[in-house]
Amino acid sequence: MSSSANVVLETRGLSKEFRGFTAVDSVNLRVQEGHIHALIGPNGAGKTTVFNLLTKFLAPTRGEILYLGKPITRLQPNEIARLGLVRSFQISAVFGHMTVLENVRVALQRKLSNSLHFWKSERSLDGLNEQALQMLDDVGLLDYAHTLTIELPYGRKRALELATTLALEPKVLLLDEPTQGMGHEDVNMVIELVRKAAVGRTVLMVEHNLGVVSELCDRITVLARGAVLAEGDYASVSADAQVREAYLGSEAASHEEAHA
Amino acid sequence: MTNFEINSVAQVVQPGAVEERRMAAVRRKRWFYMALLVLALVAPLAVYPVFLMKLLCFALFACAFNLLLGYAGLLSFGHAAFLASGGYVTGFLLTQYSGLSTELGILAGTLASALLGLVFGLLAIRRQGIYFAMITLALAQLVFFIYVQAPFTGGENGLHGVPRGYLLGLFDLNNNMTMYYFVLALFVFGFAVIQRTIHSPYGQVLKAIRENEPRAISLGYNVAAHKLLAFVISAALTGLAGSTKTVVFQLASLTDAHWHMSGEVILMTLLGGVGTVVGPLVGATVVVTLQSYLSNGPLGEWVHVILGVIFVICVLLFRVGIVGWVLKLARRNF
Repeated sequence: MSSSANVVLETRGLSKEFRGFTAVDSVNLRVQEGHIHALIGPNGAGKTTVFNLLTKFLAPTRGEILYLGKPITRLQPNEIARLGLVRSFQISAVFGHMTVLENVRVALQRKLSNSLHFWKSERSLDGLNEQALQMLDDVGLLDYAHTLTIELPYGRKRALELATTLALEPKVLLLDEPTQGMGHEDVNMVIELVRKAAVGRTVLMVEHNLGVVSELCDRITVLARGAVLAEGDYASVSADAQVREAYLGSEAASHEEAHA
Repeated sequence: MTNFEINSVAQVVQPGAVEERRMAAVRRKRWFYMALLVLALVAPLAVYPVFLMKLLCFALFACAFNLLLGYAGLLSFGHAAFLASGGYVTGFLLTQYSGLSTELGILAGTLASALLGLVFGLLAIRRQGIYFAMITLALAQLVFFIYVQAPFTGGENGLHGVPRGYLLGLFDLNNNMTMYYFVLALFVFGFAVIQRTIHSPYGQVLKAIRENEPRAISLGYNVAAHKLLAFVISAALTGLAGSTKTVVFQLASLTDAHWHMSGEVILMTLLGGVGTVVGPLVGATVVVTLQSYLSNGPLGEWVHVILGVIFVICVLLFRVGIVGWVLKLARRNF
């Protein structure tokens, strides 16, 4: 373990119970600065619950969340976004009936603090267009700037979501299954995008696709039944007997059945 | 870079063409509004002005409601409270203080509704969907029973003989034509406020919230504050409509506070086309016209049944409302 000085995001004894069912059981997580950190585990391991706790979309039953050493356990989800912890969503979260450009611009708009100015013209936002176009160029969406977002194919919606997230200049990116439901080509695109986005940032991602994890991540935490099972880099985690059993157990079992 | 060219299905739109198309749309819209305004200016020559004023008041009411339902995605079932409060406050002040000029009376009614909107909003805004609607309904019922009991509303009888007075102390509003142009000016003002709100920096964020609320939160926006503002603007303009109506008819009554009124504005908005700019105008025109002409005819009380049937047909056949349907047709054919 390295010193706690460069831990960006930390949880202490984080727990969440739903009517007596413990979905997350005293999870201690330490995400280091500059790392791409993955949260993996079999279905129902509590990955998404941990994610929603970290992003404040759920309130923990017990435990603490610290960001840069300061507790953020009691903050509202929009408040942690302002601190620089910005999340993405499992189902690609875009604003369908706004243009691609407007999607990014509405993120850039926040720092103007004019979001309640109902008496001003929309034209007062045009100053952000150049920056928005730049951000779209970075994810290969420049040609689509004036397209209605709902018409984009799925992979590009994810790219747009990332561009929108990056427009907030987050210190920590929280990605919820960025490659979920994607074909092979789009997965490669997202890997490239995340790699680019992670420069100078910390990333915590929930991910199903172990290929993505092995390619991208510096550190991996394995969850099973709501608790941390193992932690380390991909090589050490994938060599762990317990992890193999928990993660591949069902698959291995079905293989054995098939062979029997 | 990797495989960006793989799925270029979505149409690429050139920025220059976009700007051109946008300007053309703006120009077309401007012509349309100018034509409407000219029509409104000459209308009292052909149609009874009091009827037109009633129409304008309900149209403003529906437009204010549409701002909330169509652009903030909030279904309020308590807007009657704002219509009535504007009317009662204006009626009471103009009756009690004969020195008060009419526009100040209307301003006071509008502010009172805005304040009431703030209270309703603070209590209801954190709830979603049907819960939000139910809380607004409950609060409006509370307000209704207060107005039944309170001495200044005249209870079941209402406030009669509210003086129309003089605009700015100069123009005699007892003249129906003068009154009409004053009401038209107020309507244009209210309509302009709504238009600007929709096309403002705030309007952009409001749209984002309606499109995807969790995402708007994750971008750092305080969703509750934005919804509350939409609620207060909507309540204020509803109050303006109620105050104006009271001056026109020189009457403030419990009818405006009754939950029927909350239902009626939903009907007007949905019938015309929710989330479209002119939808509420069309919806209000249809409903008010039907009510006025049918209830004077041999059909009498059957007017409600007819309206109900129209509503059912509308919901079943064109959910997007009359204007939404016309827009869809236009988009398909041109």
